[in-house]
Amino acid sequence: MKVEQISVFLENKAGRLAEVTKVLGEAGVNIRALSLADTTDFGILRLIVDHYDKAREVLKQHGFTVGKTEVVAIEVPDRPGGLAWVLQILSESNINVEYMYAFVQHSGKNAVIIFRFDNLERAIELLHQQGVRIYRGEEVYRL
Amino acid sequence: MIFNEDFETLPREALEAIQLRRLQALVERVYNLVPFYRRKYDEVGLKPGDVKSLKDLQRLPFTVKQDLRDNYPFGMFAVPMEQVVRIHASSGTTGKPTVVGYTQRDIKTWAELIARTLSAAGVQRGDIVHNAYGYGLFTGGLGFHYGIEHLGASVIPVSGGNTKRQIMLLQDFGPTVITCTPSFSLHLYDVAKDMGVDFRALKLKVGICGAEPWSEAMRQEIEKKLNIDALDVYGLSEIMGPGVSIECLEAKNGLHIFEDHFLPEIIDPNTLEPLPYGETGELVITTLTKEAFPVIRYRTRDISTLHPEPCKCGRTLVRMGRIQGRSDDMLIIRGVNVFPSQIEAVLMEIQGVEPHYQIVVDRAGQMDTLEVKVEVDEATFSDEVRQLQVLEKKIEHNIKDYLGVSAKVRLVEPRSIPRSEGKAQRVIDKRQI
Ligand SMILES: [Zn+2]
Repeated sequence: MKVEQISVFLENKAGRLAEVTKVLGEAGVNIRALSLADTTDFGILRLIVDHYDKAREVLKQHGFTVGKTEVVAIEVPDRPGGLAWVLQILSESNINVEYMYAFVQHSGKNAVIIFRFDNLERAIELLHQQGVRIYRGEEVYRL
Repeated sequence: MIFNEDFETLPREALEAIQLRRLQALVERVYNLVPFYRRKYDEVGLKPGDVKSLKDLQRLPFTVKQDLRDNYPFGMFAVPMEQVVRIHASSGTTGKPTVVGYTQRDIKTWAELIARTLSAAGVQRGDIVHNAYGYGLFTGGLGFHYGIEHLGASVIPVSGGNTKRQIMLLQDFGPTVITCTPSFSLHLYDVAKDMGVDFRALKLKVGICGAEPWSEAMRQEIEKKLNIDALDVYGLSEIMGPGVSIECLEAKNGLHIFEDHFLPEIIDPNTLEPLPYGETGELVITTLTKEAFPVIRYRTRDISTLHPEPCKCGRTLVRMGRIQGRSDDMLIIRGVNVFPSQIEAVLMEIQGVEPHYQIVVDRAGQMDTLEVKVEVDEATFSDEVRQLQVLEKKIEHNIKDYLGVSAKVRLVEPRSIPRSEGKAQRVIDKRQI
């Protein structure tokens, strides 16, 4: 139920994000989802890719500091209040969302959102009980 | 074990009485025999008889490395050449080396001080010492050699180089003690590992490591990998060579200076004022008993501290802290003396590995600014912004705490700090003063 996310440390200067996408592109790695969290000095690029190991290898080869985090990909109903419903389930059980970002592609009519929780196992269990669709890693990498 | 109980455990007053007597005789001697000192003392109107207490030491001018170069090769010798039985020289990276000489008695004193050094490390008759300091103009090899024999232990004069052969000797001769630079000890370990030799199967129990600055973290690594106690030894050829000070096996907390032969001071390298015990500054040494090549108030450029508190080994000799860096590297930021090595120590404590960092000093208006760039490695990286900000704040807090100066920490990508010959360029001072 968990998805492997690769994170990359970036200094806040021109061309660094482009460098990452170039390195991955040349290695034939496809980016499925991406978000950039930044401060005035640095940024953290979070990526879901189709080939995690390959991405990690080429980024390290090019001198980037990379990390691995487990996240959850959730299908959010494409209707008003769809996201609120999911967040409600979590907050009622005191699970905190560390961060979230949307998937580039839609799955049919619904949106796919990547979540990082402070208590991953518990979150998966709860969402599952409530009938929220959670994607398996292999599904996500091929979406 | 204490080699010379009489001199290593003297009450302070008795020690100071000896120091004063020796200092007075020394000043008298160099004034009469070394033109360099006579000229310097005449310039400030000082006569040998003016030294009435140890406090008067502070009235004597300093001696610096350049003075030794100016008097190359033998101009600073205080005895005629027919009394000099040995000559050593430091490897000057630029220009001429600095040359030092020893009389017969100097060689004997040195041997005794090395015997004391070895005893502090628990070495005794019956031990076999693998002496891997270089033999030659460098003082390390021969300095230890004579002291090991003086103690009555066995010496293997291996000198440097030929690592594989050294490992064979470590296996076959079964030395219990190794004397070498800290980095060479780790190199030995690596080569032994490649050869399939296990250090735990060797008889080595203690290493006496010096001739280059090293850290507490490196001690841990050496002790773990080589399965020995590793002790820090200090010395420099201008003073004598190894044997100026040594950590005792009992405490491993600061190096006991053999104060009946060497008079240490810590000064502020900027104002040149002597600093009280415990404060960090440049180590200055006066040799009290050297005959051929005495030096008075020699500025070592090494940054250290002095601690007079009694030690559990029983020695009353003052202890100097591990060398923290060179005074030439000192930065004055908003009036505070800062050494890059202190910042390195802060980072090392937080990151747990040798940090890659760069210090950028600049001036905004009237204020000095200090920025520390730190490369983010996989161990410290997090995919949460907050965590990295916490890391930045923690480093800033510790720098403020330990150094008394505020810094802005900036996390940067790995390998973004330019390196020259493998070593990063540590300091950039942009101030136009
Ligand atoms: Zn001690």
